Amino acid sequence: MATKKKNNTIKLNFDTVRNYAPALESKSAATIKPQYDLFINGKFEKPLSKKYFSTINPSNEEKLSEVAEANTADVNRAVKAARSAYEKVWKKMAAKERAKYIFRIARIIQEKARELSIIETLDGGKPIRESRDFDIPAAANHFFYYAGWADKLEYAFPNRNANPLGVAGQIIPWNFPLLMAAWKIAPALATGNTVVLKSAETTPLTALKLAEIIQEADLPAGVVNIITGGGETGAALVNHTDINKIAFTGSTEVGKIIQKATAGTNKKLTLELGGKAANIIFEDAALDEAVEGVINGIYFNQGQVCCAGSRLYIQESVAKEVIKKLKDRLESLIVGDPLDKNTDVGAINSRQQLETIQKYLKIGQQEGAEKYESSCALPQKGFWCRPTLFTNVAQSNRIAQEEIFGPVLAILTFRTDDEIIEKANNSPYGLSAGVWTDKGSKIFNMTKRLKAGVVWANTFNKFDPTAPFGGYKESGYGREGGLHGLMPYVNLSNK
Amino acid sequence: MISSIEMGTNIDFSHSPRIDQVGLEERAARFTKRSIKKETKLNGLLLTLNMIDLTTLEGKDSEGKVKQLCYKAQHLHDAYPGLPNVAAICVYPSMIKIVQKALKGSGINIASVATGFPSGQVPKSLKISETKFAVAEGATEVDMVISRGKFLEGEYNYVFDEIAAIKNACGSARLKVILETGELGNMDKVRRASDIAMYAGADFIKTSTGKIQPAATMPVTLVMLEAIRDYYYKTGRMVGMKPAGGISKSKLALYYLVMLKETLGDAWMNNHWFRFGASSLANDVLLQIVKEKTGTYQSGNYFSLD
Amino acid sequence: MSKTISVKNKSNSQRLEVLKTYKIYIGGQFPRTESGRFYTPLDATGKKLANVCLSSRKDFRDAVVVARNACSSWGNRAAFNRSQILYRMAEMLEGRKLQFIDELMQQGSSKIKAKEEVALSIDRLIYYSGWCDKYQQLFSSVNPVASSHFNFSVPEPTGVVSIIAPQSSSLLGLVSVIAPVIAGGNTCIVLSSETKPLCAITFAEVINSSDVPAGVVNILTGKVAELAPWFVAHMDVNATIYCEADKAMQKMFKEKSAMNVKRIFFYDKIDWTKEKGQSPYFIFDTQEIKTTWHPIEPIGASGGGY
Repeated sequence: MATKKKNNTIKLNFDTVRNYAPALESKSAATIKPQYDLFINGKFEKPLSKKYFSTINPSNEEKLSEVAEANTADVNRAVKAARSAYEKVWKKMAAKERAKYIFRIARIIQEKARELSIIETLDGGKPIRESRDFDIPAAANHFFYYAGWADKLEYAFPNRNANPLGVAGQIIPWNFPLLMAAWKIAPALATGNTVVLKSAETTPLTALKLAEIIQEADLPAGVVNIITGGGETGAALVNHTDINKIAFTGSTEVGKIIQKATAGTNKKLTLELGGKAANIIFEDAALDEAVEGVINGIYFNQGQVCCAGSRLYIQESVAKEVIKKLKDRLESLIVGDPLDKNTDVGAINSRQQLETIQKYLKIGQQEGAEKYESSCALPQKGFWCRPTLFTNVAQSNRIAQEEIFGPVLAILTFRTDDEIIEKANNSPYGLSAGVWTDKGSKIFNMTKRLKAGVVWANTFNKFDPTAPFGGYKESGYGREGGLHGLMPYVNLSNK
Repeated sequence: MISSIEMGTNIDFSHSPRIDQVGLEERAARFTKRSIKKETKLNGLLLTLNMIDLTTLEGKDSEGKVKQLCYKAQHLHDAYPGLPNVAAICVYPSMIKIVQKALKGSGINIASVATGFPSGQVPKSLKISETKFAVAEGATEVDMVISRGKFLEGEYNYVFDEIAAIKNACGSARLKVILETGELGNMDKVRRASDIAMYAGADFIKTSTGKIQPAATMPVTLVMLEAIRDYYYKTGRMVGMKPAGGISKSKLALYYLVMLKETLGDAWMNNHWFRFGASSLANDVLLQIVKEKTGTYQSGNYFSLD
Repeated sequence: MSKTISVKNKSNSQRLEVLKTYKIYIGGQFPRTESGRFYTPLDATGKKLANVCLSSRKDFRDAVVVARNACSSWGNRAAFNRSQILYRMAEMLEGRKLQFIDELMQQGSSKIKAKEEVALSIDRLIYYSGWCDKYQQLFSSVNPVASSHFNFSVPEPTGVVSIIAPQSSSLLGLVSVIAPVIAGGNTCIVLSSETKPLCAITFAEVINSSDVPAGVVNILTGKVAELAPWFVAHMDVNATIYCEADKAMQKMFKEKSAMNVKRIFFYDKIDWTKEKGQSPYFIFDTQEIKTTWHPIEPIGASGGGY
């Protein structure tokens, strides 16, 4: 029964929501080799470092495979292959032929979508529903979108010629492994650059699967090289002298190190860094949709999203109601085995990330904020965090200012329009923001004044290959996606 | 504690919460991503059968047709004993006596439409007397239609008062209020009509007569479930939900149950609080139940139509 | 102050010439440097040009505060209005041509070159005046996303921009870097040419009489080596432009810019006298692309009345 407690606090009962019979995606639809080498010059090559490291399933800590750890010599080899492919093949190839290779990659990703989804979920801990319905199709779509640009660049930049930069070194994060690879590789190839991409340490597998796809697509050797490793491998790539472009997605902390490291070089740089998005609910908003947007904004991919709506601002007149709805909604989120098709919230990507999140949960409580978490049971093994929200949060609290990168929502309240703009922009970050109101003119006022690269009005966490994405301020610079996503990969010259 | 009606008379329903349709549809679509398997599926199918208001509302309804339907209601598929009964038989007022006789002792509810179904274009006095007639004939549930014309004119007080009057005329019979959402134009209006109906005393709110397209859809049902949730939060009174028309496949019915469960929770997961207004759904559910039990895909030829 | 400058008798005129005190320009006012320091740049023949303010990091700090305060109203005012103001600047410059030619000649330019530079500077302002309400259309896009959303991307000003102006092109270079930055709705703090600072301060007078709101353009004079690190390190500056090819300086800029992920631009290969010295792509450099999403209610798109 729905329970009616004293003080008129009426709560719904979702006790059995989590009792859907298991609906596990079958692992047998995916092939993971016990060991992967580096993808250099069209072939899988043993690492000169002779070192390998394990990649595990964060939902149960079981080893999935081991992958090569590229050292400086390996990076050299990869850059050399990319340089040679750039000079001898890719630069000279007719743009329309280049396009067809990229289309081919897109198609093969679609053909292998199921396998890629399973591996993405195994390696990263994200729910299979998200890998299947978002990550993998979005990755394929990104290749499709940019493939078409390859022979149309003259229309992209009026009165300018768009020239490729050369070799692009690209470093991607672990939260959307294949999708971020697509975001990086697709525009680079379309604009005529060659690529050395380093995947994230904890999620290397789908990038290596992409390497197999690239091989299958007969892309000329060396045009895309995919290497694996940790921070040192990334540093070797950033510091390589024969690279023309660095594209990095990851933490603001590392982004700053890279920006500093490229000083004194001619490397073109784009950064897509952290965020602490304000998600703002006005009293006239469609509240039930707003609540869904908040849930999607902070619990999508366990909150491990740079543009996550991690600061929720609710207008005081509806704050109680919205918080009540959020708390009830938290109870109907299914947390558990990422391979289960009914799972809404999966595993945290790594032990390290889990520890970071737990640190902030402690900080939040020490700061006097009120913690509320889902009552769900958590699996014994693996890295898990209950969907959590904090109420009574102050603007000055660390949990309201710092990026947590986990399923932790900080809830604050506000009274007036001017107040909320000030509070929302009161952050070193500026990646994304959300606004919920039924009033059109207010939406445009807010979206104009919010200092953020992506503003979601009456929606949240939407992505599309055609829509430019990227930040203001310390959230980075350069855009990925859309027409504007071409700019970071070209030099413009006068016609 | 003031009554719902007293509260309702003080509410300006033109300020009912707004709905963003795109967000709503996204949310509704999410329920269809649930993978309902094994015992959850079987339980869901059995529950679906138990929630059906088996309906015939035709000008050509006859004693013979209604009797057959009543028999079917109690013997859904005798090849498989132990299946639950449907929740109710839903007919025109002239058929109530026949149904009452045919269902005697079955525990199945007798629902009658009233108030000038399906258009509702008769005077209020006739609506009240038709309701009284239906209850007197033996209807335990009354499915009324709201005055959509008045509603669209913005005469919310009129609509409110009319529902309250019908509720009064129902006595102990439970009142289902049909909004005929397909005529209301948009989701904001569906929400508004839901609020009016609940505050005026509805025991159930129901999407459609089945005579107008579109009838029940998942998004429109979700709007109404959310209205029920908000009403429950505010008043503590539970209100039932009945999507009607357009739900003929068991897979879709299961998604409705997922939506119900994840929007209102376990308390609503029974036929006291949720009904499917459908005629052909029962047989598809039976096909699926037999498939689940035998592992063999079934043919409609082996299941009686009504 | 001016008393300390040696008296120059250009002609046979018996009248003692009134000399100008070159002060800096912050927040629409002409204060002296808070440091009280000055330096004395020389012309090509070794003659003193003037005693010029040797601005300090505190002057820069003060300028950033006023530039930040001016940001919102300048960036949010109608593009057409910004266009009018830049045009007004051109008009004012045109009216004071002779003074600039005179100063350029004092700084070592030939008369022909000086005339040419002033004319080009005026034309450049006109050029960017015209872009004020057009670059948005050039650099924005409506993005055909695959979901039911209206999606568009527009350029918006980065914010506060610090600029080390070209050292050799004291007027044209200065105008060429200021104009695209303010045309795009940013505010700026500019360090003038160290050796040829006269035109910069006189240009400030042009700005001051052109309806440019206080704080939008702030001009300092002083030593590049001393001030550059502060220009790029300030955490409330969003972008920095450096126009020389000094590799060590460029490295320093890039390193310090990392402190707040500042946008850095080196305009070190630009011949400001050529067509290449002006382009909407200069405006684009200090713009951020903002992408906005909003649902599109699918009226009539998905079959019927909802």
